[in-house]
Amino acid sequence: MDAVTLSRLQFAVATYFHFLFVPLTLGLSILVAIMETKYVRTGLEEYKRMAKFWGKLFVINFAIGVVTGITLEFQFGTNWSRYSKYVGDIFGSLLAIEATVAFFLESTFIGVWIFGWNKLSPKAHAACIWIVAAASNISAYWILTANSWMQHPVGYVIRNGRAELSDFWAIVTQPYAILMFLHVLSAAYILAGFFVMGVSAYHLIRKQELSFFKRSFRMAATFTVIFALAEILVGDIHGKEMMKSQPTKAAAAESVWETTKGAPMYLFVVPDEANERNKVEILGIPKLLSWVAFGDSEGVYRGLKEWPKEERPPVAITFWSFRIMVALGMLFALISVIAWLKRKNPENSPGFLKLLIYCIPLPYIALALGWTVTEVGRQPWIVYGMMKTSDAASSVAAAQVGLSLAAFVIVYSLLGIACFYLLIKNARKGPVPIPALDR
Amino acid sequence: MLETIWFLLWGILWAVYFMLDGFDLGLGTLAPFIARNDNEKRIIYNSMGPFWDANEVWLITAGGVTFAAFPTAYAVMFSALYTPLLLLLFALIIRAVALEFRSKGESEGWRKLWDVCHFVGSFVPALLLGVAFANIFKGIPIDQEGIFHGNLLTLLNPYGLLGGILFVLLFLVHGALWLAIKAEGDLEKRAAKAASGIWLILLIVAVVFLVATWFATGLYANYLNNPILLIIPVVTVLALLATRLFINQRAFWKAWFASSLTIVGATFFGVVGLYPNLLPSSLNPAYSLTIYNSSSSPLTLKIMLGVALTFVPIVIAYQIWSYYVFRDKVTKDDLASDEAY
Repeated sequence: MDAVTLSRLQFAVATYFHFLFVPLTLGLSILVAIMETKYVRTGLEEYKRMAKFWGKLFVINFAIGVVTGITLEFQFGTNWSRYSKYVGDIFGSLLAIEATVAFFLESTFIGVWIFGWNKLSPKAHAACIWIVAAASNISAYWILTANSWMQHPVGYVIRNGRAELSDFWAIVTQPYAILMFLHVLSAAYILAGFFVMGVSAYHLIRKQELSFFKRSFRMAATFTVIFALAEILVGDIHGKEMMKSQPTKAAAAESVWETTKGAPMYLFVVPDEANERNKVEILGIPKLLSWVAFGDSEGVYRGLKEWPKEERPPVAITFWSFRIMVALGMLFALISVIAWLKRKNPENSPGFLKLLIYCIPLPYIALALGWTVTEVGRQPWIVYGMMKTSDAASSVAAAQVGLSLAAFVIVYSLLGIACFYLLIKNARKGPVPIPALDR
Repeated sequence: MLETIWFLLWGILWAVYFMLDGFDLGLGTLAPFIARNDNEKRIIYNSMGPFWDANEVWLITAGGVTFAAFPTAYAVMFSALYTPLLLLLFALIIRAVALEFRSKGESEGWRKLWDVCHFVGSFVPALLLGVAFANIFKGIPIDQEGIFHGNLLTLLNPYGLLGGILFVLLFLVHGALWLAIKAEGDLEKRAAKAASGIWLILLIVAVVFLVATWFATGLYANYLNNPILLIIPVVTVLALLATRLFINQRAFWKAWFASSLTIVGATFFGVVGLYPNLLPSSLNPAYSLTIYNSSSSPLTLKIMLGVALTFVPIVIAYQIWSYYVFRDKVTKDDLASDEAY
């Protein structure tokens, strides 16, 4: 394999791995902050225990999220130096702003929060976790703005042989960025909600710490249902934006080959990339695809054949990832509505609780698929319509990249195992028993 | 002008990173040699517990600012230093994970594993950062396209290694002093003793490095042209001497601040000598990356300057506050809490 392919694989490994940890950070920080706020308001000790228990799981997860994020920043320079040179004027500044504005805040206050239980007043301590939650979400905004710019570049001019900034405001307020932010954030909150519900379900089935986990469950169920329903709306608007700004990705996501007016939506499709058609198309609902994509049942859906082969993304990966992600999103809405209806006495539905335990991995899968659509669907471009991925890599030896890729796979696998081992161990153990808490 | 301001800011970010994470890295390197039991190890881990994460962000910001302000230099520097940078990255990853995970398992094997990771994750970055910077001072073989003609061994030249050793020693003294501040009793005494012992070796290596710099790099040219700038190395050496003086007086905070000044001074000695180069080429000075041929557009530099001048002071303010909150020694009570490392 050449250095470009290896670099792409390495970036994929680094990104998927990083994003196993980020969404829980984004969502759980808010839930822990709400728990601690309730403790400050009511003085109820159970809320403090909740903040501490869920906070511990949060911290285990947080550490890996942070350090694997550095990898992503470094890789633009090590593996994608032509890209960095060409767009650094814009892309680099967004990353630098993220570090300065948000990452410092997050990292400083997480330290104060972890070690400061007995050093700060309860109010000040609760404020720290709110700052962590806000900072990690602000951080996501800058990173997603940077990624959105790769999907839909705006606010630049090509000058001095590179892309230079011309309108900063246009970049940070473009609808693509805002929609992507809302989409990813809702997904992250769903993931955190399912995590808390799933872990609570484990203990509720065993009748351990009933009051503690019922309270946790109830809070997570309400949190999840809001964002699971919102996500359907946000996903739809984001999809419509993608139609406008990235038509090749949209065509691949639905595996539409021929440009069609009033395109139908097939419930089951098997793309056949080699022959530029679909092997199977069954259960078609007339005009539905055009209606979903444009809000107009007579809308013209542009097919992949409008573009030369070398400008189309890999269809099968994009299509399947998109389909399964959407299906999972619908499933999350359904399950979270049921969970919300059962929020007052979840312990009476052991079958459903068991299902919730098995649901913990699903949002992780949905998020990974979402990123697959975003990144694979953008190909062959690294910056859509501006720079090809094949022109963006560093001139480093393929052997060097192969070696580092192998190292990443090994180190990350070991870290992943250690992290999930600790998460599962501590999640099963449950909260610290009451007498031991105020040692 | 904008480029020069950004160059100085770039130097400041690196200097603050070395000053803050320097004590974590140094103490992590020293830990296996100074801690005699699990309790002492835990004091060491907890002495950096609330700080290391925020300290590390200075590195990320320094990297981010290189990307934003000097994208060409970022691209060339990071791809040329591919292997050492990824080693640095892996080391920092296992250090962070070691800090966070060690206390969350009880078995001796689990803790030993993370102790080893923490040592490697502290020593390797200290060494590699020194090697990298010494090579930047010296210049590396890059052609007019910014393509690196060398390998890891090119970077492990005598001057590069000397830089690595210098960094390790600077951080060791700095870390030992931090431990003297945070520990009590016997461990405090041993930490102080280690600091003064290593200080002597540091002094010798620092002198050798200053002499070697004359022969291996062009750093002194700026100083010969503007002798007033010599105040930087002079202050650095005075700070190094003051560090020893304060150690003898058992004024460890003062000694730590003097050691901080030494680290900042040493960084600026290099950065000012480098100006206006960011990455000199050892093949041909015309291929060197300077702040002029590798910087971002004026608009980006202006916007980023606004962001930096607004937020960096705020960052410094809340970080000082966090150091103030955890200014006391690590006590038995601290170690007993459920959150402690």
